[in-house]
Amino acid sequence: MTDRDPLAAEVAPKRGTGRPARPLPDGMVERRGAGLWLTHLGLIVGVAFIFFPIWLAFVASTVEQQAIVRPPMPLLPGDQLWENYSRALISGINAPVALMLANSAVMALGIALGKIVISLLSAFAIVYFRFPGRRVFFWLIFLTLMLPVEVRIVPTYEVVANFGMLNSYSGLILPLIASATATFLFRQFFMTVPDELAEAARVDGARPMRFFFDILLPMSRTNMAALFVILFIYGWNQYLWPLLITTDPSMNTIVMGIRQMFPSGDDIANWPVIMATSILAMIPPVVVVIGMQRLFIRGLVESEK
Amino acid sequence: MATVTLDNVRKAFGKTQVIHGVDLDIADGEFIVIVGPSGCGKSTLLRMVAGLESVTEGEIRIDGARVNEAEPMDRDIAMVFQNYALYPHMSVFDNMAYGLKIAGTPKDEIARRVATAAGMLQLEPYLKRRPRELSGGQRQRVAMGRAIVRKPAVFLFDEPLSNLDAKLRVQMRLEIKTLQRELGVTSLYVTHDQVEAMTLADRMVVMNAGRADQIGRPLDVYSNPKTEFVAGFIGSPPTNFLDAARLGRRAKGARLGIRPEHVRIVPEAETDLGGTVAYAEPLGAETLIHLRTLDGQAITVRQDGAHPIPEEGATCGIAWEPRDEMHFAESGQRV
Ligand SMILES: Nc1ncnc2c1ncn2[C@@H]1O[C@H](COP(=O)(O)OP(=O)(O)OP(=O)(O)O)[C@@H](O)[C@H]1O
Ligand SMILES: [Mg+2]
Repeated sequence: MTDRDPLAAEVAPKRGTGRPARPLPDGMVERRGAGLWLTHLGLIVGVAFIFFPIWLAFVASTVEQQAIVRPPMPLLPGDQLWENYSRALISGINAPVALMLANSAVMALGIALGKIVISLLSAFAIVYFRFPGRRVFFWLIFLTLMLPVEVRIVPTYEVVANFGMLNSYSGLILPLIASATATFLFRQFFMTVPDELAEAARVDGARPMRFFFDILLPMSRTNMAALFVILFIYGWNQYLWPLLITTDPSMNTIVMGIRQMFPSGDDIANWPVIMATSILAMIPPVVVVIGMQRLFIRGLVESEK
Repeated sequence: MATVTLDNVRKAFGKTQVIHGVDLDIADGEFIVIVGPSGCGKSTLLRMVAGLESVTEGEIRIDGARVNEAEPMDRDIAMVFQNYALYPHMSVFDNMAYGLKIAGTPKDEIARRVATAAGMLQLEPYLKRRPRELSGGQRQRVAMGRAIVRKPAVFLFDEPLSNLDAKLRVQMRLEIKTLQRELGVTSLYVTHDQVEAMTLADRMVVMNAGRADQIGRPLDVYSNPKTEFVAGFIGSPPTNFLDAARLGRRAKGARLGIRPEHVRIVPEAETDLGGTVAYAEPLGAETLIHLRTLDGQAITVRQDGAHPIPEEGATCGIAWEPRDEMHFAESGQRV
């Protein structure tokens, strides 16, 4: 590679300017020898540092209860993996972990999809329609940005309780859907879509909703994918709200459920099962990130202009 | 195929009056070019015909029927936008077919019409591609194709060539003209490029600050401009304007206009008007000589490339035939 002709090296960056989003492999050519190994060493140490606690949790979820309580702590997996995980999934401590996972999935999916649908529609209304009170609605939506769940948690609880939505999926999902971040993201994106596109569609005979579904929605694909990842994790990691409104163990979500597993008073914590639950709780977000990442990157490379 | 009539059309954005009453009768199959400087209201006028902008006052008729209140899709028009406005996520085929799909045209009919249009525009190899995989000229053709497949009564073009390089522009200009002749569809074409206007138009409309200063055949407009603005805007290099009072003779109107090609350089003794040569631009076939008269007015002379070119700084006389003079009143109107 070092003896490539100098012209080619000059051409390469030019080719690159057409697609600034994609790093050029040519740029890596110079990174050879000691520099390369040092960089890798740094990265490996960093990864090991972050990964170590997770490894410990995994080890703890594969050994017997006694092995954890008695120092030193084991560093290699034991032989209880199957027992611990099946116990966690099927019976758990307060509620089966499989049920809590399902609850979390419903909640996270509901929040992510609900937010995307609502914010797409409201951004569409704000950007493409001139209706009386448009500014007022815009500012009302803006205002909700300043009121995250934790701030409005008491009145929200009151409302949800009055609607009889305690211990229900709608109670878990609906209050968390109402927020403006996603609306803003889509509003920003719609504003970058040239007006002529809407006008061309109008000349082509597309009514507003047809334009929305045929043109705006497909163009927002990558934004929707990115937002889905963020919102799914946001929903999955909710702790305070589910803790407040689910008293029935069968409605527990996984993140709060782990906390509920800690014993009160003098009981002995069943650490292997708790750790197995923690590992299980990590899997769905990881799957979503990895699964959507592909779609996400494909979207970036295909960058729509 | 249709006639288009603008009847004292006005447009105001809030309190700002942008179009001050335009009358225009377009015959069936005619190619009309609207030309004027930036901000004079060309696009606004075109968008009113398209139905993308409301009409404040006056009436627009297509084939005799008032369309002021009609939606764009009900006006039987097709529009080509300056930035093409292709749907980025659709293939070339789908871009062209979209309007027909919405209209509920049968699938085989759509396929046939798109194939015909693609054939006319040499787009067959690209039907499966997305717009971003096309060159500027090809995108422009797709935009044209999208207009053609709908078989509209009127084509509307808003500066469709201004994003192309000079060479491609000349080529596409020719193609648009040929296509329009072939299809015989009434067309309204907006541009700020006078060469495009001169070469494409059956008749051209010269707009000046929201008014149609002159409507006529390109050569008529060129040789017989009705206002000082038209005389100055159409023609390159532009008409020379001299202060009639300072000229001291033949004082008719406030200003005298004379086209560069009508001015001759003559020996000083033969004329009462002279100047010094500021600089000369030899272009091969012709030479442009920029002079400054003794009282400081600028004059451009356009002469055959074979004629001798005077030195910079030299003084020389200039003359022209009286019949080539154009006289304009203080208001800008021809007298
Ligand atoms: N939506 C609007 N609100 C207010 N003023 C507008 C609006 N659209 C256009 N104008 C004004 O109307 C005038 C004419 O605009 P128009 O776009 O028709 O110009 P144009 O002749 O097409 O110019 P160009 O050659 O630069 O495209 C301009 O002075 C512009 O500022
Ligand atoms: Mg314009």
